Amino acid sequence: MNVVRRVGLALLAPAIALVVAAIISAFVILAIGEDPLVALRELVNFGDNSASQMQAVAVILNRAIPLFLAGLAVSIGFRMGLFNIGVEGQYRLATIMAAWVGTAVVLPRPVQLLLIIVVAMAVGAIWAGIAGILKVTRGVSEVISTIMLNFIAIGLASYLLTGPFRGTPEGSLTVATEDLPESGRLPGLNGVMASLGLAEPRSELYGFLIPAIVVGVLVAILVKRTRFGFDLKASGLNPTAATASGVNARAMVVKAMLLSGALAGLIGLPDLVGDTYHYGTEFTSGLGFLGIAVALLGRNNPLGIAFGALLFGFLDRAALSLQFAGIPSQVVTIIQGTIVLAVVIANEVARRIAIRQAERTGANLPTARPVAGEQQATVAQ
Amino acid sequence: MTLALEKPAPAPTAKTRTGRGRIWLILAVIFVLLAVVRAVASQPALTSSSTFSAMLILAVPIGMAALGGLFAERAGVVNIGLEGMMILGTWGAGWAGYQWGPFAAVIAAAIFGALGGLLHAVATVTFGVDHIVSGVAINILAEGIARFLSEVVYAGGDSGGGVTQSPPIKGDAPTLSLPLLSSGPDLLGDLESTRWFLLSDAAGILRGLTSGLSVIVIFALLLIPFSWWLLWRTAFGLRLRACGENPWAADSLGVPVYRMKYFALLISGSLAGIGGALLVFVANIYREGQTGGRGFIGLAAMIFGNWRPGGLAAGAGLFGYADALQLRSQAAVTGLLLLVAIVLVGVTVWQTRKGKLVQAGIAAVFAVGLFLLWLTVDQLPSEFVFFTPHLTTLLVLSLASQRLRMPAADGLRYRRGEDK
Repeated sequence: MNVVRRVGLALLAPAIALVVAAIISAFVILAIGEDPLVALRELVNFGDNSASQMQAVAVILNRAIPLFLAGLAVSIGFRMGLFNIGVEGQYRLATIMAAWVGTAVVLPRPVQLLLIIVVAMAVGAIWAGIAGILKVTRGVSEVISTIMLNFIAIGLASYLLTGPFRGTPEGSLTVATEDLPESGRLPGLNGVMASLGLAEPRSELYGFLIPAIVVGVLVAILVKRTRFGFDLKASGLNPTAATASGVNARAMVVKAMLLSGALAGLIGLPDLVGDTYHYGTEFTSGLGFLGIAVALLGRNNPLGIAFGALLFGFLDRAALSLQFAGIPSQVVTIIQGTIVLAVVIANEVARRIAIRQAERTGANLPTARPVAGEQQATVAQ
Repeated sequence: MTLALEKPAPAPTAKTRTGRGRIWLILAVIFVLLAVVRAVASQPALTSSSTFSAMLILAVPIGMAALGGLFAERAGVVNIGLEGMMILGTWGAGWAGYQWGPFAAVIAAAIFGALGGLLHAVATVTFGVDHIVSGVAINILAEGIARFLSEVVYAGGDSGGGVTQSPPIKGDAPTLSLPLLSSGPDLLGDLESTRWFLLSDAAGILRGLTSGLSVIVIFALLLIPFSWWLLWRTAFGLRLRACGENPWAADSLGVPVYRMKYFALLISGSLAGIGGALLVFVANIYREGQTGGRGFIGLAAMIFGNWRPGGLAAGAGLFGYADALQLRSQAAVTGLLLLVAIVLVGVTVWQTRKGKLVQAGIAAVFAVGLFLLWLTVDQLPSEFVFFTPHLTTLLVLSLASQRLRMPAADGLRYRRGEDK
């Protein structure tokens, strides 16, 4: 009974938050003299034939894949109370390095792709690792150091792009690295969809969907079923207790940052190996910051993060059609921001209600008083 | 209640009067070093009045954001949302500025920023959401709101604004200069142009800091000592800081902790907003992305300044200087390499005398490396110059962060009547 109630509360909170966010967004749209129902229709209007509907699904998924990876990267840090705000810089630097290595050598396809992935993960991990090392050796807050490393990474990436790694001729309008050779490209999944009897979308569904799912499952196993995952959570919940039980807190910080950075390195790859084949000035930016929002929505749980990423992808898809309907596309960003705030507030309220209930039921059992539990949930947020 | 972990309330930070003399000494040493490097590297931009007046203009917005951070964190709330509040401020300044001029711009920016602060207060104080989480959400939201408002207000209209920018600000705020020295006969200007070692450097710096100052910049500068007075010399300030050091104790003494945190965040947001307005005045127009992460830099400046007004002003000045130098003269930035190399030689000597040979060795290696870099490189790529301030922050923090002390209950969730 109690378990059912707790699960219900955990699911109810985000649901209520979504409704609240929808109401607030509706008022925003009303305030500018537009019809919220029109906006709602544009949001759910996937087109009238199966091809355009599949196209919408492909667009949503293609957007959700990098967001999912970004959410995973952020969540690893969050699990132990580490704020890796630097995912943005980590993936930008990782993507340009991977794009460059991918053009510098030509190997058989699986090896080439593996090389690109390994380079991206390594660069992301190194960049995030700097923040981890600064934290344990010099006591620099990772929040500040990762923000500063973001700026440095973006500066470095733009130096590399306009200088040594530039693949487009001098004077041309686009500034980008050279295109990846054929062996560095990951084919899309449209063929698979066709063989399943689904209509083929116009845009190619990223083949990176499959590695992303594999990564998601691996991360889920890692954080839920392994000693490392337990140590990670333990050092987040109660560093003193974790240290007392033999966890090396300093090593955990560095490991968590390395892992978080390695995952961050993957964020740019779905676009890189599935669509653009190069890193340029037009390359998708802002995924790192959105990843923070997605991780919050998903409560650091891989499955939840997948839902959060899909939700954001779903909202982003509508931006263009909203614009055509005369509603500023930035409504989408406002909806997203409102959802995040509403969800974190709702989670907080739900948590407090749960504690209240636990206190009430545990009033007869003095040992069950969750004094320390309070603080635990704070860090796990 | 059951946990007897009550730490003794830390004494309200005693001011270190002994440090006062040392600060002047450090400033003097930095000044002489700058003058030496200016002469050796023959980069007059290093101490020119134009660099220093640009420094002031660029440092003040950062300083305001840092001051905003100070109020929030002294009351125990970490404010990563400064960047978002600053963005709201820039938008408010652009919108009010093009219609009613610069003073209205400042007021509107303060109100817009305060709204961001209010949101942060509702989330963190009333609902107890994690401070970083709320701040990040506010940053995302503010960017969307600014663009959305532009789309609604400017796009399609004939005001001259667009989706990413406002129409130009109407009119300028009056400017002041120091009579005789910086204006009219301009004695400092004459002295600066003589290129006498030390003397003309001092003249350049003084003239840069005293000529053609907008009254709004002066107002912003005055806010720094005013904040110090408010926080360290009034009952309000004592209560506010008590909320950041030990809210449980403050509550037991009758301080309305929630209300104080709300006040602090409203002040914090409006200061960040004013910082945004000052940025708008630099370009005389609101442009999307104008803050360029200066809210974060402000936060870093505050930490660099050890959660004190004087310190954060120094931090903001440092970033402003790095920023101004790269704007004035890219080549002069290479002069900084020499400066840092000299400083590192000093560190080497100091660490050797303390017997810390490893640290001394690292400093020596970097000093030699930077010196060689200075000899070989004429001009750094502009992308490197762009992140000079951020790299500086990182270096300074990694050298100094162990000596910093933040308010004891900073970033903690406080619920009235509940244990920690």
